[in-house]
Amino acid sequence: MIEVQNLTKRYGDLTAVSDVSFRVESGQILGFLGPNGSGKTTTMRVITGFMPATAGTVKVAGFDIFDDSFEARKHIGYLPESPPLYNDMTVTAYLRFVARIKGMARAAIPDALDRVLNRCGLTDVADRVTGYLSKGYRQRVGLAQAIIHNPDVLILDEPTVGLDPQQIIGIRTLIKELAGQHTVVLSTHILPEVAQVCEKVVIINAGKVVAEDMLENLTQGQTLEDVFLQAIAQEDSDQIVESGAVAEEAAE
Amino acid sequence: MRNVLTIIRKELHSYFVSPVAYVVLTGFLLLGGWFFFNLLSQFNRLLSIYTQLQQGAADQLNLNDFVISPLMHNLSIILVILVPMITMRAYAEEKKGGTYELLLTSPLRTGEIVLGKFFACFIFISIMIGMTGVYPLVLMVFGNPEIGVMLAGYLGLLLLATAFAAVGLLTSSFTENQIIAAVSGLVATLLLYIIGWPAGTAGDILGPVLRYLSATEHFAEMVKGLVDTRDLVYFMSLILLSLFLTQRSVESLRWR
Repeated sequence: MIEVQNLTKRYGDLTAVSDVSFRVESGQILGFLGPNGSGKTTTMRVITGFMPATAGTVKVAGFDIFDDSFEARKHIGYLPESPPLYNDMTVTAYLRFVARIKGMARAAIPDALDRVLNRCGLTDVADRVTGYLSKGYRQRVGLAQAIIHNPDVLILDEPTVGLDPQQIIGIRTLIKELAGQHTVVLSTHILPEVAQVCEKVVIINAGKVVAEDMLENLTQGQTLEDVFLQAIAQEDSDQIVESGAVAEEAAE
Repeated sequence: MRNVLTIIRKELHSYFVSPVAYVVLTGFLLLGGWFFFNLLSQFNRLLSIYTQLQQGAADQLNLNDFVISPLMHNLSIILVILVPMITMRAYAEEKKGGTYELLLTSPLRTGEIVLGKFFACFIFISIMIGMTGVYPLVLMVFGNPEIGVMLAGYLGLLLLATAFAAVGLLTSSFTENQIIAAVSGLVATLLLYIIGWPAGTAGDILGPVLRYLSATEHFAEMVKGLVDTRDLVYFMSLILLSLFLTQRSVESLRWR
C-alpha cells in the first residue's frame, strides 16, 4: 500500500533523510520509531505529499506521490505533529470543512461526522470552538479529521503526545480497530505503544533506516527497548569510528 | 468549483466569527464618515460664499467635483493601508498554525485554494465598499449628483481595492509571519499608489511608463466618470498577474 524507495530529503546542506526504503502492506500497522530529530516527520511529510523528496520515490495506493500527487492524496488521512485546527471553528464545523475538502459527497457527510464524533469521543464537545479545547481533545479532533473520509492510508505523527493515560489507551484501541481496513503508519518514540499496537517496525536514526522487520522477528525474546537501543547505538558507534578515522587522517 | 466555494465559506466564516471583520468595517466607515462630513461642510461653506458673491454663481459648484471625487480619493488612501491588513493572515496564519499541511495534503488543486481565498477577500471588500454607499445616498436625497459618474467612481474603487487585495494575498503567500506579510503588502500597494508621482519630470520614455503603472492614474480616470478599457485592462492584468504568482508561490512548495 505504501512503498518508499531510496527516499532522500535535504534542506540545503542538512540531510534530514537519506536513502530510506520500506514497504507497508495493505491493512498493516507500521510503527515508525526513532529518536527526536531522526527524520520521522520529514519522511511522513514526503509520504503525504506536503513536500517533495530530493531523491527517491514514494507510492501510495499505487499512485506516485510526486507525479500523481492529486490521486494519491485522495487516499491519505494525515495527522501532523500538531493537529491542524482552525481555532475559530467549532469541532463540527471544522470536521465538516475537512470532509468537504477531502472530496466527500455532500450526502455522506452527516453520517461520517456522527461516526467520527463517536469514535473519537468528541460528542460532548461537538459544538465547542476548537481554540478553547484542551490538548487531549485537540489531538482527538486531529485524529477525527484524519479518518473522517475513511482513507485507505493513515499517517499519524505522534498521535498520543500530550494525552493522559486513559486517553492514550483510548487512542491505541482506536488505532487497533482501524487495522485491517486501513493501512497505518504510526510514528512515535514511546516503545510500549509500538509493542502493543504495531505488527511491523521500522527504526530510523539520523535519517537512515537501522532496522526493518515484523515485530516478533525483531524482538525474539528481547524487549523492544533493547532492540531499539542496540540499533541506535550501533549506528552511533559507526559514526564515532568514522569520525575517529577522519580525525586520524587529519592528524597524519 | 465546489472546492473553491468550500474555501470561500471557510474564509468568510473566519472573517466574521473573529473580530477582524468588525474592527476593519468600523474603522473604515468611521474614517470614511469623517472625510465625508469634512467635505460636505466645506462644500456648504463654499456654497454660502458663492451665493453672497454673485447671483447664480452657486450653480457652478457641483457635488461630484467637490464632494464625491475627493471622497473617493480619500477612501482609496484608507484602502492602501487597510487591504494589506485584511489579506495578511490569508496564507501566513495557515502556515504558522499548521493548517497549511491540511490544505496541501488534501485533494485540492493549488488554484482552488488561491481562487477561494481571493474571492472571499473580494466579497469582504465589496461589503466594505458597499457600506460607504450611504454617503452618496445621502447626497441623492438632498442634492442631485450625477449617478453615472458616481457609479464609475465606485467601480474604480472596487477594482483598485481588489487589485490591492490580490497583491496583499501574494505577499502573504511568501511568509509565515503576518507582520512581514502586512508590511510588504503595504509597501507594494503604496508603491502602486505613488509610482506615478515622478512621471512629470521623468522624461518622455520613463514618464508614460510610470504613469501607466500607477494605480492612481487609472483610478482617477474612473473617478472622473470615464470607464475606458485601458483602465479596466490595467486592473484586470494586475489582479490576474498577482493571482498567477500566488498560485506559483503556493505550488513552489511541491517543486523539487
